[in-house]
Amino acid sequence: MSYTSKSPWIIHYDASSCNGCDIEVLACLTPLYDVERFGIINTGNPKHADVFLVTGSVNEQNVSVIRQIYDQMLEPKVVIACGVCATTGNIFRECYNTLGGVDLAIPVDVYAPGCAVRPEAIIDAVVKGLAVLEKKRADLDANRGKITASTEE
Amino acid sequence: MVTSTLLVKIVGALVFLILAPVLGCLLAGVDRRITARMQHRVGPPLLQPYYDVRKLLAKEDASTNPVERIYIFMYLIFIIAAGCLFFSGGNFLLVVFILTLATLFLIVAAFSSRSPYAEIGASREILQVMSYEPMVLLVAVGFYMVTGTFDTAGIVSGTNPVVCYLPLLFLGFVYILTIKLRKSPFDLSMSHHAHQEIVKGITTEMSGKTLAIVEVSHWYENILFLGWVALFLAWGSWIGVVVAIVLTLLIYLLEIFIDNNFARVKWQAMLTSSWWIALVAGAINLATIPFIMNLF
Repeated sequence: MSYTSKSPWIIHYDASSCNGCDIEVLACLTPLYDVERFGIINTGNPKHADVFLVTGSVNEQNVSVIRQIYDQMLEPKVVIACGVCATTGNIFRECYNTLGGVDLAIPVDVYAPGCAVRPEAIIDAVVKGLAVLEKKRADLDANRGKITASTEE
Repeated sequence: MVTSTLLVKIVGALVFLILAPVLGCLLAGVDRRITARMQHRVGPPLLQPYYDVRKLLAKEDASTNPVERIYIFMYLIFIIAAGCLFFSGGNFLLVVFILTLATLFLIVAAFSSRSPYAEIGASREILQVMSYEPMVLLVAVGFYMVTGTFDTAGIVSGTNPVVCYLPLLFLGFVYILTIKLRKSPFDLSMSHHAHQEIVKGITTEMSGKTLAIVEVSHWYENILFLGWVALFLAWGSWIGVVVAIVLTLLIYLLEIFIDNNFARVKWQAMLTSSWWIALVAGAINLATIPFIMNLF
């Protein structure tokens, strides 16, 4: 394990959630769950974050916002869809203004279903996300070597 | 004799250069753990600040303005310069001025990103500098009136700790130390805790390696500030140094306690309170130095 997975900083975005999942995300920071044990900090800043937690389904209004946040985050980064709305769109799937799950807007790495998603499930999803983060970092390092090699040629 | 004092100076500077980031990192880790315990949490591992910096160094390289990295690098360099000068027994007044210059580089770096959050953070950092600077200068004047020198080596070599003669200036200094450490209630420009109303203030647009340099600079900076506190408390024997280190750590514990128990104030409250304290504590203490000197 490298240092990347020892300090995953989080940004949390509420797409069109009912706030049920948002409350559970914030519950992870409370003394009961205390995710700072794993070095997890809720930064609220895409430029500092490694993990993007999205709650709620994506709609026409916020799809550009989600893409914007995703683009501002620096590699390596992972996206976690928290709750069943973020995963598939849930009961809002057929609504005229709803696109559906978050994976229609940006690539999602881990899905954490539940209505509302339990804090244990979120922590579990972040831990799963760390493995993905680790792999992406390794890929990034490998590519970085390649790019330098090709420019030297 | 000349070479031996030069050697001591070089050793002092090298000790700061090498040990300050190690101690500063541990101090930040202990800070986060104690903060967590005060909130009934377990808290992160002791070396979490080190993990954070290593992670930031491994991130993709990007910045909103390429010149930002240069300014932040100058911030680090001038803090190290000030610290080396301080711990090699150099001129305290010069240390104060070099550190102000370092902070100006941080402010300029934040302004260079042209982001509203960073700009508000930078403006607030300027207000913080305005708040603590009068007190720091009065402290330097106090040191000179008591010991007859601005050299830190001369200030700590007396038979009594300087705090005996400058009790009010010391209390005033502890007050502005909270501003210098950017701890709540004076964490206006940049909060160490999660969300605040201007995101991450001064460091909002900094990421990856730039942010890692900022973190390392904070480690250096915090050790230097604790050195300033110890300057009040130490006297010319090894017991004096040990007592000063213990008391300084207790002062830092007090700062963590304050950090966890007070909500952020508005800048007006910070500026007026620190100037009033500097004026009252400074004027009374400086005026009574001749009388206090007669007591000892």
